[in-house]
Amino acid sequence: MNWQPKTTLQVLQLRAALLAQIRGFFAAHHVLEVETPILSSAANTDPQVENFTTTFAGPDAAQGRQLYLHTSPEFPMKRLLAAGSGPVYQICKVFRQGEAGRYHNPEFTMLEWYRPGFSHHQLMDEVEQLTRLLLAQLDLGKSEYLSYQQAFEQYAGLDPHQANCEQLISCAEQHGLKGVTGLAKQDRDDWLNLLMSHVIQPRLGQQRLTFIFDYPASQAALARICPTNPLVAERFELFLQGVELANGFRELTDAAEQQRRFLEELQQRAHNGQTATPMDENLLAALNYGLPDCAGVAVGVDRLLMLSSGASEISEVLSFPIGRA
Amino acid sequence: MASYSTNEFKRGLKVMLDGDPAAIIENEFVKPGKGQAFNRVKLRNLKTGRVIERTFKSGESIEAADVVETEMQYLYNDGEAWHFMDQETFEQVAADEIVVADAKPWLKEQDICTITLWNGAPLSVTPPNHVILKVVETEPGVRGDTATGGNKPATLETGAVVQVPLFVNEGELIKVDTRTGEYVSRVRE
Repeated sequence: MNWQPKTTLQVLQLRAALLAQIRGFFAAHHVLEVETPILSSAANTDPQVENFTTTFAGPDAAQGRQLYLHTSPEFPMKRLLAAGSGPVYQICKVFRQGEAGRYHNPEFTMLEWYRPGFSHHQLMDEVEQLTRLLLAQLDLGKSEYLSYQQAFEQYAGLDPHQANCEQLISCAEQHGLKGVTGLAKQDRDDWLNLLMSHVIQPRLGQQRLTFIFDYPASQAALARICPTNPLVAERFELFLQGVELANGFRELTDAAEQQRRFLEELQQRAHNGQTATPMDENLLAALNYGLPDCAGVAVGVDRLLMLSSGASEISEVLSFPIGRA
Repeated sequence: MASYSTNEFKRGLKVMLDGDPAAIIENEFVKPGKGQAFNRVKLRNLKTGRVIERTFKSGESIEAADVVETEMQYLYNDGEAWHFMDQETFEQVAADEIVVADAKPWLKEQDICTITLWNGAPLSVTPPNHVILKVVETEPGVRGDTATGGNKPATLETGAVVQVPLFVNEGELIKVDTRTGEYVSRVRE
């Protein structure tokens, strides 16, 4: 019966309660709720993420203006920070082309917030606090904090910063991942990602929150490179029951470095035969003006709801998953 | 030969895996927030029956396998080949002993079976869920003994041996569940 919701009334109520709890938490912590546009003339340049596109035709746009649905509210939120907003949070829908499965819906709910003056460790503490509050009914043990290197050494038996491709490939094979179709031998980060998602991640967050921090510099995304160790970026992720729940950074504030990364991503897209996407010049202008030193994090609200309600698929916590939208 | 990309992967899809026809049993989309997407796939090799796990980088493709399942009527066997016929086209196929191995005890002439064909040749035969067969040999049952429990072996017309209740006699027809090889009930002619 496709007109009907896939979820239950009980889960709808759980979601409403979760949203109210999030709002209560940030009100108590004096973090301002903001709304930024889902539409933008700029897109994500990351080769691993694709935007949905659409067109606006109307006043001042007679020929039709190409617009992109955001994959995260990050860019306009950073513009607000540069304009002096202070700590801000947002709960909004984000859109990612091509992503659908047990833990993915192309349209999903993100909670994202930014803390001027926080280090990524301080923000991890706040994420831990909020997550424990939202998942109070789960019997979570003491939280675990592992560096990316420690996680690899513990669960894959190698140093991710030093191991070469042959060693990564051999490790993958040892863990039953023989001949991954389509993965070139030289894609070092791809092999690290494969090991992370297939070998290490399923073992993380067993009955407790596991934070992985200090990712390799090559996987920095929009995070600042650690000033004392150029091999790592000040980035962290949160896992529970093997599910990725949050991704956070000490934000990059250097406009020139940010532009360099955007250009590198565009080069990678061209190399992969992917469409060129317009980088966010407004964000670069805001960084040039001055983004306060801050840490930010994005949390998958639907996955939080999955874990708190015991759902085994994301479609069980959405009013209408993409197949019924 | 046609091929499927990872976005087309779904349960039941027939593909070529290391030279053998295989069916996808499970397909999971795996993607870290800021990383490459993969498809973790479980497949059943249709020749050997073994289950294999494979991981594909999203966007990759795999060769399609010309595997179809079709209903065909079992005609007869000559000890070397078992013959089936498509009732609409009247085309016949011959399956060898290996292909019919699991189905052999339950094949009754004129019954409709499901045949899996690979490139037109039989790969496996599945008999109907239930079959009615005659008991050709068993210990005599005590007349009227429908209350006492207990079983005895009975040989059926196909050579299959099934455990039946004590009241079943030679010459009687019984219904057997082909998936478990168990007696279901007696059948009045």
